[in-house]
Amino acid sequence: MINQTRNLIDENGRRTDGRTADELREVKITVGVVKNADGSAFIEFGKNKIIVAVYGPREVHPKHMALPDRCVLRCRYHMSPFSTDTRKNPAPSRREVEISKVMREALEPALILEDYPRAAIDVFVEVLQADGGSRCAGIAAASIALADAGINMRDIVSACAAGKVDNKIVLDINDIEDKEGGADMPVAYMPHLEQVTLLQLDGILTSEQFNECVDKALSGCNMVYEIQKQALMQKYFGNETELKEEQ
Amino acid sequence: MQEIKRKYVIPGDKIVEGNFRPLMNVIKTDNSIIATRIGIAETGRDGVKVIPLSGVYIPRVNDIVIGKIIDHSSLSWEVDVNSCFSAHLPAQDVFGRDFSPARDDMGRQLAIGDLIAARIIAFDRTRDPMLTIQDKDLGKIPRGELLKISATRVPRLIGKRGSMIQTIEQATQTRVLIGQNGIVVVMGRNPEGIKLAMRAIRMVEEEAHTANLTQRVKVLLNVPDSPQAEGTSVTQAQNGQKGEEIQSAIEDVEEELEEGEQT
Repeated sequence: MINQTRNLIDENGRRTDGRTADELREVKITVGVVKNADGSAFIEFGKNKIIVAVYGPREVHPKHMALPDRCVLRCRYHMSPFSTDTRKNPAPSRREVEISKVMREALEPALILEDYPRAAIDVFVEVLQADGGSRCAGIAAASIALADAGINMRDIVSACAAGKVDNKIVLDINDIEDKEGGADMPVAYMPHLEQVTLLQLDGILTSEQFNECVDKALSGCNMVYEIQKQALMQKYFGNETELKEEQ
Repeated sequence: MQEIKRKYVIPGDKIVEGNFRPLMNVIKTDNSIIATRIGIAETGRDGVKVIPLSGVYIPRVNDIVIGKIIDHSSLSWEVDVNSCFSAHLPAQDVFGRDFSPARDDMGRQLAIGDLIAARIIAFDRTRDPMLTIQDKDLGKIPRGELLKISATRVPRLIGKRGSMIQTIEQATQTRVLIGQNGIVVVMGRNPEGIKLAMRAIRMVEEEAHTANLTQRVKVLLNVPDSPQAEGTSVTQAQNGQKGEEIQSAIEDVEEELEEGEQT
């Protein structure tokens, strides 16, 4: 593990970017940004900038991948070469292949894939600017894009990370805290069903710290969910939240 | 009439609690009904449904669709109906029972690239949809301007009992064929009229969720308000006299279209 070189939380309890332990970075979601996609979303999660496009349900190519009883969900997480400090090779790395897989598995439980047998849904997650916690931001945006595409879903998936910095559990780890801090735990969660669809952890936590960390991440997911919900409502219903009776 | 409660929902939202019947785009959990799509939830006496505001076209039996012939085997044509499933039109449907692959030339009836209006006669998601063109108003579409709109906007384009599409047709002197799959064909003698009708259709698609849309379409088409309303009521009255049973808005429109062609 990397030895911590400096204090990441100052004497006032502020973190490197001035946040408190329970504070989320600023999250902004725009729905319907890719014209040719069936559904799309753009998320700014702190300095993360991620665009997600969803296509489908559509025909499966190659045909042999199709499943007779349900839809196949295909996910591609990709970081643009310019998304990091030093140029990233655009070829899919080991890390991207893994994130594509965990993202698919985080989204799958929310989708009613049995409704579209023999079809495929493609989710493309393109990271334009990375700043730690990009998989969580990607999942949050992807579930909004899937809802925008009109795919039957049991719930929206929201996601948020928590972690350990200076031996303290904090919400929503950023890039510096991820690299120099003690632990990072990304969690994806379905708020209505109260089910966790993704939980990863790197770093070492005691069982008390682990519980605290999960609780904190879930509270972060709920905050993210409110932003997701608002973004979707904004696109489809404008500023009204309640339907006024016509006629 | 029964009271219908409406509200805006996104996937996962609880619509109502209690013993209601799930109708469309909802799932039932222990004691509540959950929305599975973005849209407007309607809770009525017969059940709960969500009218979706987005999504691709999924075929349904008895839908009238417009499709393009993309291929044919010795027994059937393959038709692209703007969906994740490509539809099949059996050759027997066109040639009759005594169709023989050796004798009849399928390319002569429907060539690759032809556009057809067809009705879905069978579909259950486990097999590709089956089409028929054996019905009035169905069959090959010889000419027209084609445009695609989102399938969720089709009911809005048709309007209540075909009011929206009638407005557009009458104002622009065109004939508009609408498939439930979101494919629209505009026909007419006057190119300007076709252009205007297409603009109106695009406008309906973009602003489908807003109220008072028919009024704004009328403004775009320069239709005076009151005479138009009279015209609509007259045509509906004629329909009533004929005693035709009008099941859905699409059939309503198709009938209007047929009348337009005969005159």
